[in-house]
Amino acid sequence: MDFSYSDEQRMLKDMVDRVVADQYSFEQREKIIKSDTGYSPEVWSQFAELGLLAVPFSEAAGGFNGGGAELMVVAEGFGRGLVVEPYLSSVVLAGTFLDAALDDDAKAEALEPIIGGEQKYALACYEPNGRYDPFWIETTAQKDGDGYVLSGKKAVVLGGDSADRLLVIARSSGDNPGKNGLSAFLVDGNADGVSREGYTTFDGHRAAEISLDNVKVGADALVGEEGGAAAPLQYALDRGIIALCAEAAGAMEVACDLTLDYIKERKQFGVPIGSFQALQHRMVDMRISLEKVRSLALWAACSLDAPDAERRQRLAAAKAMVSKAGRHVAEEAIQLFGGMGMMDESSISHYAKRIVLIDHYLGDGNYHTDRLIDLLVEENAAA
Amino acid sequence: MDIQYNEAELAFRDEVRAFVAEKLPKEISDKVKSSEHVSPEDMITWQRALYEKGWLAINWPEEHGGPGWSPIQKHIFEEETAEAGAPRILPFGLNMVAPVIIKFGTQEQKDYYLPRILKSEDWWAQGYSEPGAGSDLASLKCRAERDGDHYIVNGQKTWTTLGQHANMIFVLVRTDTTVKKQEGISFLLVDMENTPGVTVRPLITLDGAHEVNEVFFDNVKVPVENLVGEENKGWTCAKYLLTFERTGIAGVGISKAALEHLKQIARSEQAEGKPLIEHPRVAERLVELELELMAVEMTNLRVVSAAEAGGVPGAESSFLKVMGTEVRQKISDLYRELAGPYALPFPDFEVGEDAFGPEFSASASSTYFNLRKLSIFGGSNEIQKNIISKAILGL
Repeated sequence: MDFSYSDEQRMLKDMVDRVVADQYSFEQREKIIKSDTGYSPEVWSQFAELGLLAVPFSEAAGGFNGGGAELMVVAEGFGRGLVVEPYLSSVVLAGTFLDAALDDDAKAEALEPIIGGEQKYALACYEPNGRYDPFWIETTAQKDGDGYVLSGKKAVVLGGDSADRLLVIARSSGDNPGKNGLSAFLVDGNADGVSREGYTTFDGHRAAEISLDNVKVGADALVGEEGGAAAPLQYALDRGIIALCAEAAGAMEVACDLTLDYIKERKQFGVPIGSFQALQHRMVDMRISLEKVRSLALWAACSLDAPDAERRQRLAAAKAMVSKAGRHVAEEAIQLFGGMGMMDESSISHYAKRIVLIDHYLGDGNYHTDRLIDLLVEENAAA
Repeated sequence: MDIQYNEAELAFRDEVRAFVAEKLPKEISDKVKSSEHVSPEDMITWQRALYEKGWLAINWPEEHGGPGWSPIQKHIFEEETAEAGAPRILPFGLNMVAPVIIKFGTQEQKDYYLPRILKSEDWWAQGYSEPGAGSDLASLKCRAERDGDHYIVNGQKTWTTLGQHANMIFVLVRTDTTVKKQEGISFLLVDMENTPGVTVRPLITLDGAHEVNEVFFDNVKVPVENLVGEENKGWTCAKYLLTFERTGIAGVGISKAALEHLKQIARSEQAEGKPLIEHPRVAERLVELELELMAVEMTNLRVVSAAEAGGVPGAESSFLKVMGTEVRQKISDLYRELAGPYALPFPDFEVGEDAFGPEFSASASSTYFNLRKLSIFGGSNEIQKNIISKAILGL
């Protein structure tokens, strides 16, 4: 047992910290969010040059062969800088899906444009009626000669507004709720029948509502086996959860640091407000919440290869803790900053928004608590 | 980065498990697991077994009889024994007075007391708190005045845990009233059995238990050779003791065993025609506790791992104390709730604790109320937060 970073992990961390410090000041970030694309093509190509877009992929796919720990290192750095680049959508979700679904030759070819930063992909999975259930898929894929016809609606597709290609999860057979019969298709973002309504999210990212109206695709659009999308989807979502939890840990760390600095500087009644015990203990409680998230994010990141029940438990626990402890830190940060915490011009408000809204990606605290209850029920049945 | 135990660590864990399986009597572990009263004899039985194996004084240096374990080994040992239902090792001799004697004591004190502690020949009590000195320990008033070869001790100590069984007590006394309060304190060892003037009176706690006592000193003559360290330097000993080896302070193993006990209860107890575990609110409470406990467990491991790499756990142990005691108290809260209406009968120690209702319910309310102490003793959780504010946050 040794929790310290390896030399390679430390180098990766330094690299991420450097690029974030150079490219993601508060003002630069604001400009990026308000730009047409909602991300920075310059930063994105710098990520590609540095190899960051290859971190979670297997060597066969041309990747860095990074595990959960490496993904955590990268995402934590992004969290500290509130990076809004489409890393989660293109690399972690769509990219690792392809890595898991395709055989070695095919994955190297499919991932090349993602790793090189030439193209961005988005995973079009969740649907309006499915809420946080990734396997509730009403979008249909009907056989049409050699190819398929896709129809349905996709909700809050991360990075879906500007993605060059969409990885669409559709039902080729079976009924809801059910993991069998789900298939994945790579669809050009501008294909006939695809309509996208893009928007900025409350935490500065981009997403889209996507309609697929009789979109015709060839047989070559199918990714992996027909009906076999559930396993690679789970693989990708697991990594997405690691990235989000680590990002939350990074953002919470900065929120705690900023708040601590503020209560040391801000004077009322002639003294720094940090001299008041009521605020000191709240600050300590924030740090305890941060440690809980750090611990469970780390545990989840190191459990991707653990036996099924353990992996599921640790991922759900980490995400559920982010929900609870993250919200606590965000609310307390705003409270301790007082009026300044309410201001758009204060960076703390942006940290608070990101930390709270991370709960709404890939299943919230309630959803993941239910997954822990599933495990309890299974354990009970086996006992 | 590797959060798994390596092969040597796993082998050590198996060795601990095998030892526990062989040497921990089932009637004792059953009592511990179901939160029943553990007798002094039970504790001594387990301590003797550990002593024979050389595993009792895990925090002592090897030259004095410690096993020479790394922080990770100590952690594995503490977790494994706790999860298996071993009684707690009484800390007062082994982990409180002994480290102070090793660090500040004379050769004679080491030669005399340390072997007796190892062999469980002395039962030590802690004489720190007083009616007017709780979290503000340095304001203590118990006086010791030098009279030739003796100190004459007058005053009162309180919250003396299991003092009714003790024959020795270490006491913080005031030896100089003219200086700053921290500078006039000395650390004395008192033979309770053979020194006239020491009186122990029981304090009955809200759960009906006799666990703590008050100890009165009425012109008690203590030989000067029972002074540890220098006169008026007792505060240094006191502080050393309070920061000594506290990575086990989170009590994760104990909490894990307690949560496992709750799961068993929830499986076997019925309400409205189905097991409690199938009631959504109960299931939710169980997984929320599990979630909190996992967070404490991994935070504890991070601190242990840092200690292994050479970082000395300082104020981090304050985090562990707060986190560990909060989750343990929450577990005891659900225990009381699972007992339902049978949380009500007050345990009658005369006729046995399980006179009414299902067996498990007898200890539910008493455990819940007894464990309120966790956030009060050992430096209240508010004091821990003060320490973190100052030492880590720089406030």
